[in-house]
Order: sequence, then C-alpha cells, then structure tokens
Amino acid sequence: MKSIDEINEKIKSGKVVVVTAEEMVELVKEKGVKMASEIVDVVTTGTFGPMCSTGMFINLGHSSPRIKIGGGKCFLNEVPAYTGLAAVDIYIGATALPEEDPRNSVYPGSFKYGGGHVIEDFVAGKNIKLLAYAYGTDCYPRRKIETYINRENVNEAYLYNPRNCYQNYNVAVNLSSRILYTYMGILKPNLQNANYCSAGQLSPLLKDPNFRTIGIGTRIFLGGGIGFVAWQGTQHNPNVPRTESGIPRMPAGTLAVIGDAKKMNPRYLRGASFVGYGATIFVGVGVPIPVLDEEVAYYASRGDDELLAQVVDYGNDYPENVKRSLCEVTYAQLKSGTIKVNGKEVPCYPISSYSMAVEIAETLKEWIKSGLFYLTNPVESLPKAGSNLKICALEDGRIDPM
Amino acid sequence: MKKRILIRFKKNTIDKPIVYRLAKDYDLIFNILRAHVYPKAESIMVLEIEGEEENFERGMEYLKSKNLQIEPIEQDITRDENKCVHCGICTSVCATEALFIDRMKKMRVGFDYEKCVACELCVKVCPVKAMNVYFD
Ligand code: SF4
Ligand code: SF4
Repeated sequence: MKSIDEINEKIKSGKVVVVTAEEMVELVKEKGVKMASEIVDVVTTGTFGPMCSTGMFINLGHSSPRIKIGGGKCFLNEVPAYTGLAAVDIYIGATALPEEDPRNSVYPGSFKYGGGHVIEDFVAGKNIKLLAYAYGTDCYPRRKIETYINRENVNEAYLYNPRNCYQNYNVAVNLSSRILYTYMGILKPNLQNANYCSAGQLSPLLKDPNFRTIGIGTRIFLGGGIGFVAWQGTQHNPNVPRTESGIPRMPAGTLAVIGDAKKMNPRYLRGASFVGYGATIFVGVGVPIPVLDEEVAYYASRGDDELLAQVVDYGNDYPENVKRSLCEVTYAQLKSGTIKVNGKEVPCYPISSYSMAVEIAETLKEWIKSGLFYLTNPVESLPKAGSNLKICALEDGRIDPM
Repeated sequence: MKKRILIRFKKNTIDKPIVYRLAKDYDLIFNILRAHVYPKAESIMVLEIEGEEENFERGMEYLKSKNLQIEPIEQDITRDENKCVHCGICTSVCATEALFIDRMKKMRVGFDYEKCVACELCVKVCPVKAMNVYFD
C-alpha cells in the first residue's frame, strides 16, 4: 500500500518509478502483479483522438468605449462563438462552423475550418480575427468591434471540455449498401471496413475502470499543458456490461476537463475536418495512475487482449438509435488489422492515434520523473458502477402536463 | 525528365515484353511501381519512366498502338510530416497500401510514395490536411 503523498515525496526526491501503461502490461507479464505493484509508483496513460465536446472560454478584456458582446454575436475567424454570458466572456466550441460554410449541401462537405481550428490557431499564438455585434446599452454603448486577438492580449483562455476521454468506444461498420461519411471516418458499404477509436491498453479510463484513483481534481496532461478533471463528463455511464474482472465492454465513463489554454501546445490540440461530418478537434489527454496497491496495478496492466469493444452498424442501428452489437472483439484483434464480423473477415483501421497516445504517456512520464508534475488526491469520486445514474433519451413530442 | 504513368489494361493485353521494349527501343529507364492484375476486372500498372522527352513521347505512342490506355500521373501526392498525427484514417481508403499502419513502430502511419497512384482519396479524408496534391 502506498499513498499519493508518499508517491509525491518520491517525485520530490527523484526516486519515483514511472512506467507507461504499455510498459506496465509487459512488466506485469514478466514479474506478476504483486511485484510490479511494489516496484512501480505511477503508470501514465494517454489518448489522442477527435473529441467533439471540446471548447475554450475566453475573456476578451474591455474595449473603450465598452461593448456588451453578451447577448450579441461574436465571430473568431468567422466561426461563431457562444455569447450568452457576461459582456466579454465567450466560448468557442470545436464543432462550430462559419455561417458561410456550405456544410453538407455539397455532399460530402469538407468542413475546412471550424471551432477546433480556431482553438489550435489560438494555442499556436496566431492572431485570430474578432468580429462582434452588440445591441448597445447605457453602460455598454458600443455596437460593433473588429480587431485581432491572440493568447497574449486576452485575459483568461481555458479549455473546458464537457466530455473527453471516453472509456472505451464502438467499432463502426456499415451493413448498408451505400458509402457513409461519419465521425468514425468513411465506412464503405457491405461491411468492407471497421473503424475503431480508442488507445486500448493506453487509454486512461480503461486503466482505472472503477475510478479508484481518477476523480474530480485529478491533475492531468491536457493539450500539452496541465489540466484537471473538473467533473464526470457528459453521458458518463458506469452502469454498462463489464467483463468478469469489471472492465467496461462498451463506451462507459467520461471526463469533463479544464486547463489553461495559454500554456498548451498546438501539437496536442489539432483542428480536424471529417469529410461529410463536420469540424472537430484532436485532443491529447494523459492521466497518471498512482499505483496505490495490487488492485490498481492489476487494472493498469490489462493488455489489449483483455479489453473488449462492441461492433456497431452505422448504416442503420447507430443513426436510428437502435442499441445493438453485432459482435464483440478485443483491441488486440483490432490492432492486428482484421476482425471477423458476421462470418466475414473485415479489415480494421484506427481513428485515434496510438503513436501520439504513446508520446503523451511518455511525456507525462518524463514530467513526473523530472519533478515537473505532482499527483493529486481527488477531492471527490466519479460516479461508479452501481451508482444511481441513468442515461436519458430525448423523446420528441413530450407533452407538458401543466 | 522523369514521369509517372498509369496503364489500364484488360488481362492478357499486356505482357512484360511490351514494357521492356520501352527500354530497348526507346532508351527509357523504367521502374514498375505498382502492378495490380485482376483476373475479372481491369488491371492497372504504374510506371516511373526516365529518359529524353522525345523518346518518352515515342514510347507512349508505342504503348497506345498496343491498345493500352495510358494516363499520365501529373499530380504528386506528398505528406506534410509536421501535420500528420498518425491517426490512421487515410489507411482505410488507400487501395494500394501506399499509406499503411506500421505495427512495428507503435502503429505509426507509413507512406510509401512508390506505391501511390495519386487517386487523392487520402487528400479528401485526412482530417488535418496532411496529405496534399501538387500539380507538375
Ligand atoms: S489521415 Fe492524415 S493525419 Fe491521419 S495518418 Fe493519414 S496522413 Fe496522417
Ligand atoms: S493518393 Fe493517397 S489514397 Fe491514393 S494511392 Fe496515393 S496515398 Fe493512397
């Protein structure tokens, strides 16, 4: 048994032993869980994939005369930002698109530049064109402003991502007879490819499946800088079918995360365009797992061959919200390049970058080893399996009985 | 000069001697980058050809006289290594496996230019615009 405080002492004295989740898998195969849990203090995880529920708050500072952008309209490089806040607080979301973007009217749309690209450019230190309109008040008389902002000339800029880091994800296939352009990439008709989107054995929440160590307040690697777990992410759903040892077999937990965008690195925040689908952003997240005991070590060392995902049809089932799995596969099978679905050998391709996930886990490892990054005790746990959480569906035509 | 061409043909309408005559009779150095022979459908071959402009033109006339369909590959596909995030999405559309997952290198995405037939599908799907097309 080790405490987080003890591990932090070791970081301070330079004696901490850190391995990546990938290395932990190998170490446990070699030395067993018990011994590995004694040797290793921290396991670092990483993931780098498209995460649509990502966005950035900016406080622009006040102009003279003042303008109340709150309740007005605001564009960053022509991409609309949310203004329903105080005078100069705005939020730019990753999937926002310029009003002039043709979207899917020319199908499949290319979605060249959206909110995710604005965030990448901002973090890279580029100038962003700001255009805002307001209705004018006695205290905020101005009605229009046109200028440039960048990370040096605004007050705060922080990412607040309502849902990142999905614990596990679907494998997407297409049983229909037409090509599909989805957030899981291009899905060729009649089961010609299967696309998956998880770092598997490096994926943060798969390595702490019962949220023993990851909780609200956990310090993390976010977009190349430091962030924190702010809350459970939206659609957080720990109550899903699990393997015998308790690892979710389908998308389950999620994280809401926060961090100072001014200190992030555009290498780990990359605006993205998914043909026929929309704009989004690749986000790099890494979470350290303190090896408190054997149980933590056991879960942190589960390899791709023990992690399962469900194969889902995006031809009919996903769009129609039919909850059905065609079959179950392991991440080891997915990474091998082919899986078997409905008796057919189907080539499979990743959507999230495993090599970037490795790079993030390695970077976090170096930060911890060199004393740049300390671990935190979570201030509150995330809702765990068995908690009273239920996922709501949006039924249309509900009638208000009042 | 150096050019790449794509030859489309029905099975059996091409045999090695036809291509080898490019070297012999037209003094062209060629390199078969890709040959896809499909028994039932149209087959393709991608050649990189080096030599005098004039010889090249004559060589092409010769191939056409053998009823082969020749398409110059004028676009050049390149990858911006600084932009590529090695997600792997492009590998799902690249029929020639010019873009491939390197399982020995942490699933990094390799790009084998020699196998590329400049179909441009990767340019369309790459979410971070790392694949680009240049015209000669
Ligand atoms: S889709 Fe683009 S970013 Fe992804 S691996 Fe291919 S070239 Fe690289
Ligand atoms: S253009 Fe792209 S998809 Fe087409 S063959 Fe070349 S690398 Fe492959």
